[in-house]
Amino acid sequence: MTTSEYASERETTEGRVFTVTGGDWDTLTASVDPLSNEKIVVNMGPQHPSTHGVLRLVLELEGETVTECRPVVGYLHTGIEKNLEYRNWTQGVTFVTRMDYLSNMSNEVGYCLAVEKLLGITDQITERTNTIRVMFMELQRIASHLVWLATTGMELGAISMMLYGFREREYILDIFEETSGLRMNNGYIRPGGLAQDLPESAVRKIRDFLKYLPKKLKEYEAMLSGQIIWQQRTQGVAVLDVTGCLALGITGPVLRAAGLPWDLRKTMPYCGYENYDFDVPTATTADVWGRFLVRVAEIRESLKIVEQSLDRLRPGPIWIEDKKIAWPAQLALGLDGLGNSLEHVAKIMGQSMESLIHHFKLVTEGFRVPPGQVYVAIEHPRGELGVHAVSDGGTHPYRVHYREPSFVNLQAIPAMAEGALLADVIAGGASLDPVMGGCDR
Amino acid sequence: MTIQPGTEGGVPTTAPAGAEIGAPAQTPPSPDKGMFGVQGTGDVSGFGRLARPRPAVLDSPRPYGEYFDDVYDALEEAYPAINDAIEKVVVDRAELTLHVRAERIAEVCQVMRDDESLRFELCSSVDAVDYLGSDERRFHVTYQLTSMTYRRRVRLEVAVADGVTVPSVTQVYPTADWQEREIYDMFGVVFPGHPNLTRILMPDDWEGHPQRKDYPLGGVPVEYKGAEIPPPDQRRVYQ
Repeated sequence: MTTSEYASERETTEGRVFTVTGGDWDTLTASVDPLSNEKIVVNMGPQHPSTHGVLRLVLELEGETVTECRPVVGYLHTGIEKNLEYRNWTQGVTFVTRMDYLSNMSNEVGYCLAVEKLLGITDQITERTNTIRVMFMELQRIASHLVWLATTGMELGAISMMLYGFREREYILDIFEETSGLRMNNGYIRPGGLAQDLPESAVRKIRDFLKYLPKKLKEYEAMLSGQIIWQQRTQGVAVLDVTGCLALGITGPVLRAAGLPWDLRKTMPYCGYENYDFDVPTATTADVWGRFLVRVAEIRESLKIVEQSLDRLRPGPIWIEDKKIAWPAQLALGLDGLGNSLEHVAKIMGQSMESLIHHFKLVTEGFRVPPGQVYVAIEHPRGELGVHAVSDGGTHPYRVHYREPSFVNLQAIPAMAEGALLADVIAGGASLDPVMGGCDR
Repeated sequence: MTIQPGTEGGVPTTAPAGAEIGAPAQTPPSPDKGMFGVQGTGDVSGFGRLARPRPAVLDSPRPYGEYFDDVYDALEEAYPAINDAIEKVVVDRAELTLHVRAERIAEVCQVMRDDESLRFELCSSVDAVDYLGSDERRFHVTYQLTSMTYRRRVRLEVAVADGVTVPSVTQVYPTADWQEREIYDMFGVVFPGHPNLTRILMPDDWEGHPQRKDYPLGGVPVEYKGAEIPPPDQRRVYQ
């Protein structure tokens, strides 16, 4: 019988149960008889600093080897898909941006592309809007990969990487704030256009960032790639080959690190990605190390795309011409926050009754979307983000389902963890880059 | 019209604090609402009263266009029971949907994955839609298949009534594991052959299936600056 400040044990109908609360592994293992109790069931999470979010892993251990791993998700389920059915199509953006909170721009673009495909207006989206969308999706990818570097660094013991990664990401969030008014959960991409135009000040910030990041990236690569601890913690760990990836539906950097150059930006382009010059980085090791190399290389490729998108940026409208869908007003910053511009308010309140009616109808009722269903997939920082949107012809979505790469990819944890060491579960889980807000929706 | 405090059921016995200021949010409810607070669509243009029946999803005529004919022909060649399995072929918005009979879905998936001229290696997504009221077989389970070899996408759709099961495709596409669990959790569709069909997003002891159309959204009214805002599913809807 163990009596410790941190560990206690009790007999239950299912065997002896240990409750452990601190750094007392020795106390626990000392109390386990290695001959009769080889197996230990450890409940890791949902509140655990190394599970990359509120993910719970139930691990069965023999010594330090994991024999069985069961991921338990759902702790962040907020019913976003259900809520969408009670809002109009434009308001949906506000919800989907909160799913995967590390890549909200990608969520928004996926949703808007689906609504636009339902409306049949994909070809009418303006050149400038598509360019800004691409630019922001790539900035988002950089930000997301930086957070991945940061959190994975932290989980594998490189605490300084965490600070650096989050610091660099803050630059990107500044750019988003300059443009949309919000650091995260922007609600910036709208069906048919963008909430507002890209200001000149944001363009300057992006140009500064393009000069700043490559230097830093070299430092981080030097800090991690050459480091023996980092190599030993990542090389040959959590291997999942192409066959395993396809069977489990794993896409994104994990699949590319296994050697298959499957990137929807290249294979099924959207938003005009076919006009940009970039490579799809791959690795052949199929382990955590390969995923690290692929993600760092993807940051570089994304920088290339952002640079090209800045060059392609031409002045022009951001909303489609169809006034039945395009938002009637530009947004402007007032004393009480972001809202419709004062000129527009003055016009609809003082001069034009028809404009007022049009504004009111479009904002309160929204536009109708012809009945039908579409599935749109984009390359999210974590893999294929699929949006299955169904309309019944009304002003509200009938059903919107997100095929979240975090949700699907997490299924790979047992395949990677079973038979490996407990410490490698952390590395393997982190290498999938799950974001639980996206996984649980 | 003057307001008589305490005469109507549901009306507060005294006027709320600050009602005499006349701010819209503080005006006590009047039994004679006139055009305000209407039930129904709230649309005064008249168009809102138009009944718009959801058009029946019809078979698309051949040729389907794009690669869709190739996919159908290849499936026909590889799967002799196609006429028994496929109920309908719909091409809409440049997407091909094959409506498959529920009991055949696992077989069709197997052929779709393994046949050399189909090669749908990746099952991108499995999810469901509840067409309550517009279809007798209310739950439509959809499978979005992706062929990486040919860069094609196809949607398989299975319609089942409440209580009817759909064979699990986890033997063909292991990735469907969690997604079928999510459909079971959210809609209550049961997949025989699934290794571990339990709830995944909702707690294990949850009652009901939240994504069903007859499952209420829930929520509580929120007070903001003196006005009470009803929960989202009870607000006026402009449909």
